Amino acid sequence: MNMNRNPSSPIAQLLRGLHLDLPLLAGLLALMGISMVVLWSAGGESSALLFRQGLRLAIALAGMLFIAQVSPHYLRMWTPWVYLAGVVLLLLVLVTGDIGKGAQRWLDLGFVRFQPSELMKLAVPMMVAWYLNDRPLPPRFADLLVAGLIVAIPAALIIEQPDLGTSLLVISGGAFAIFLAGLRWRWILGLFAMFAVAAPLAWHFMLHNYQKQRVLTFLNPESDPLNTGYHIIQSKIAIGSGGLFGKGWLNGTQSQLEFLPERHTDFIFAVIGEEFGLLGAALVLAVYAYVIARGLYMALQADKTYERIVAGSLTLTFFVYVFVNVGMVTGLLPVVGVPLPLISYGGTSMVTLLGGFGILMSIHSHRRFVSH
Amino acid sequence: MRSRTSIKDEWREVRLFQNRVLLAVLLMFLMLLGLLVRLYWLQVERHPHYATLSEGNRVRIQTLAPNRGLIYDRNGILLAENVPNYQLELVPEQVQDIDETLQRLAEIIHLRPADIEQFEKLRRTKRRFEPVPLRYNLSDEEVARFAVHRQDFPGVDIEARLTRRYPLGQITAHVVGYTGAITERELAERDAARYSGTSQIGKTGVERSYEDRLHGYPGIQQVETNAQSRVLRVLDTTPPVPGSDITLNIDVRLQKAAYDALGDYKGAVVAIDPRNGEVLALVSKPSFNPNLFVQGIDARTFNELQSDARRPLFNRALAGTYPPGSTIKPLVALAGLHYGVVTSTHSTFCNGRFILPGNPRPYRDWKRTGHGPTTMRSAIAESCDVYFYELAVELGVDRIHEFLGWFDLGRVTGIDLPGENGGLLPSREWKQRARREPWYPGETVNLGIGQGFMLTTPLQLAQSTARLANRGRAFLPRVVRGVHDPLDPEMTALPPVALPDYTARGEWHWVHISQSMQDVMHGRTGTARAAARGTPYRIAGKTGTAQVFTLAAEQEYNAEEIAATLRDHALFVAFAPADDPQLVLAVVVENGGGGSSVAAPMARQIFDAWLLPQETVAP
Repeated sequence: MNMNRNPSSPIAQLLRGLHLDLPLLAGLLALMGISMVVLWSAGGESSALLFRQGLRLAIALAGMLFIAQVSPHYLRMWTPWVYLAGVVLLLLVLVTGDIGKGAQRWLDLGFVRFQPSELMKLAVPMMVAWYLNDRPLPPRFADLLVAGLIVAIPAALIIEQPDLGTSLLVISGGAFAIFLAGLRWRWILGLFAMFAVAAPLAWHFMLHNYQKQRVLTFLNPESDPLNTGYHIIQSKIAIGSGGLFGKGWLNGTQSQLEFLPERHTDFIFAVIGEEFGLLGAALVLAVYAYVIARGLYMALQADKTYERIVAGSLTLTFFVYVFVNVGMVTGLLPVVGVPLPLISYGGTSMVTLLGGFGILMSIHSHRRFVSH
Repeated sequence: MRSRTSIKDEWREVRLFQNRVLLAVLLMFLMLLGLLVRLYWLQVERHPHYATLSEGNRVRIQTLAPNRGLIYDRNGILLAENVPNYQLELVPEQVQDIDETLQRLAEIIHLRPADIEQFEKLRRTKRRFEPVPLRYNLSDEEVARFAVHRQDFPGVDIEARLTRRYPLGQITAHVVGYTGAITERELAERDAARYSGTSQIGKTGVERSYEDRLHGYPGIQQVETNAQSRVLRVLDTTPPVPGSDITLNIDVRLQKAAYDALGDYKGAVVAIDPRNGEVLALVSKPSFNPNLFVQGIDARTFNELQSDARRPLFNRALAGTYPPGSTIKPLVALAGLHYGVVTSTHSTFCNGRFILPGNPRPYRDWKRTGHGPTTMRSAIAESCDVYFYELAVELGVDRIHEFLGWFDLGRVTGIDLPGENGGLLPSREWKQRARREPWYPGETVNLGIGQGFMLTTPLQLAQSTARLANRGRAFLPRVVRGVHDPLDPEMTALPPVALPDYTARGEWHWVHISQSMQDVMHGRTGTARAAARGTPYRIAGKTGTAQVFTLAAEQEYNAEEIAATLRDHALFVAFAPADDPQLVLAVVVENGGGGSSVAAPMARQIFDAWLLPQETVAP
């Protein structure tokens, strides 16, 4: 892994000059390639769709390249301002936002529509890391409270929009940052225990019957005649009928016959399962595992608290994307709007995802001691 | 603080971080493993099952409509029930050419243009795979005829469904309300999923205000269908959760008595138990048949109801606003005692007219010859206007406004029914805001006898009289007694909600006003003594007559000469038994003429029905 003493190919040198990490980039590009292949099938062989996705990827990649050039020193300096701006924008969205389809998420800047909650996916873990950077670690109770507040404020604002999927990702980003800073074992166990005790108590004493019913429907979407129940049933048929080897590319009947709703966005993993079978699905999960492993490796190599925490929590958040999406498509988790990262069609999360990887690359390539 | 405890230990922090990453990796590994196991289960273990589902046969989702909660009166008499009926339904997704199918269907089943119109409206509120009702109440013959041709109509089928029926029809229409076909706008405001199996929603009355509890939650059924979309077998069923049953405070016996008492007049009756705010009867007349609305009313019938000059759809009890007239006098008298501007023994001489200084126009008493020397008690009993002109001027508009506000006037009472009107309790500030004019002294004079700007609903009159009967304490008027969640073995009773008390400056104030109001009914000169003749219980009441239009100063009012719609409104408020009030009544009869001759006898009939042993009133 020592690039200094191994001035290998000119390509490697070029990438290093651009502050890009070749192993990580390779994993990301592999996912994007998979996205293109599956989208061709899921999107009804529409070249226009593929082109739009390609354009988004290019823009997002450019964003990643740009962020990778910024030294982590500056990233840290700007963190509180970015966070503050994000909170203000969230408030602005709540007050003035576009009330489209019952949820206010967008801020119309005239030339572009912008979703401040996306920004918070990056800003929240960065802010927690910034705050804990020069505090003694493991964090003390008072510091934990402040860190919790840093997460809770934007999370509450996003839940208010309401956007359950995004708030879940923002909360996990912040929670991972706190966890990675060295949250004490007794706290981790304590939180688990508290939840384990509080949940049944609340269930028995605080909820009315009809409220319990709502919780049950939320936990078990199939009992709910919502579109989500329909999605899950069709998605399970698609995946299950794929079998070990799949029905083959462009041959998924569930997806081709338009039984599967949202098949090119949130439910694209069902198309992978149907057309490429268990093997294809496992392969995709393996690529994700590789990207996550590389991300954590880069986090371990970072040489400042702030950088370690940011790199680590962004990588773990990426895992949450994958787990929640695949969990929901296979009917393990309730349906919350979380896309399959870098594969689902759609641009809103693409930019922040690659932006996050840009931060990772910046951290990794700006180390003082590039090797040990 | 930081300098004391924290020399940052870089190595320790790195080690901590590594530990946490290790834990995370372990957890992620387990979670990924979980996903793989799940995939293995779906794609290998259950593969044959899902492969069959995906090949050839198709899985469809059907929603199962929840049964709407029933509505009972306080004694368990059914006011709204669900009755089965055959309806023709069409699933848009499974029909290739809907227009053509409708044309062919019309040959075997009678389809009115109104049915098609309703169908098109409902279709827009449904998802493509959900059945949309096309015709209700199919006759047995029609069911048989369709059964013969069923194979020619893929995607069309007959379903036995429950629809709403109101056994008491007109009598409870304005309380219970009715359900009707859900509109696009109503759906947009609600959780569409909850309405995917149904096309009905509460439109008025309790059906609307308790819609959320009555509706229930739909179930879902996964069914396997053949190529013609006929159901082959049911794969999985989640049963619907029925809506909650609702028990009302309304007593059907009293409700009927009030309904009958009003006769053919337009008007309203509200009956409240002053001890807890329970609304025992609420009638608005003329009424309508709520059963017409349930299965989609056709445009002509609806227009007739809408444009009927007698306005049967208008709930006068909650939304009709009337000048309270003389029914306000007991409260104005109480205000006089409260602010100390008059004593109970103070006497004024009524010569039939009252002159406001600086105002050339005299204010006339309803009795042209005047009442002679008049005390508060006789002023209420005989409904002397001059006494209250004087008292109002001494009180002034500000104090009258403040005091009547304590008796729940000028704002909605908060009853659990939709569409309540708050009436109008005028004040200087209101006049300036609404009319851009200052308050004139003459308007205070009129306010003293409940004329002029002031407007009240029959419900408000009942509520303020209930507070009077209960010596200042009042409760939120409530139609619903309890909700019976199907998951609970017992009914959840809704306890009475107390409103802020009004405390009189002397307990004798209540006694004095009550006695004055008893004089109205039982006194030698009481305005409603004819209506109370021979009661075994004592009533405390007050008559009122509200002018629909104003007479010129010296013009004589002659009921026979003016058109029926310009005739005065008759009003009456009362509580009984006077020394232990159990029932408060407010009766408003539009264009009824006089409160004592028309409204009071109606109230007597209703009191009798409630307070006398039933045998004596039974026909």
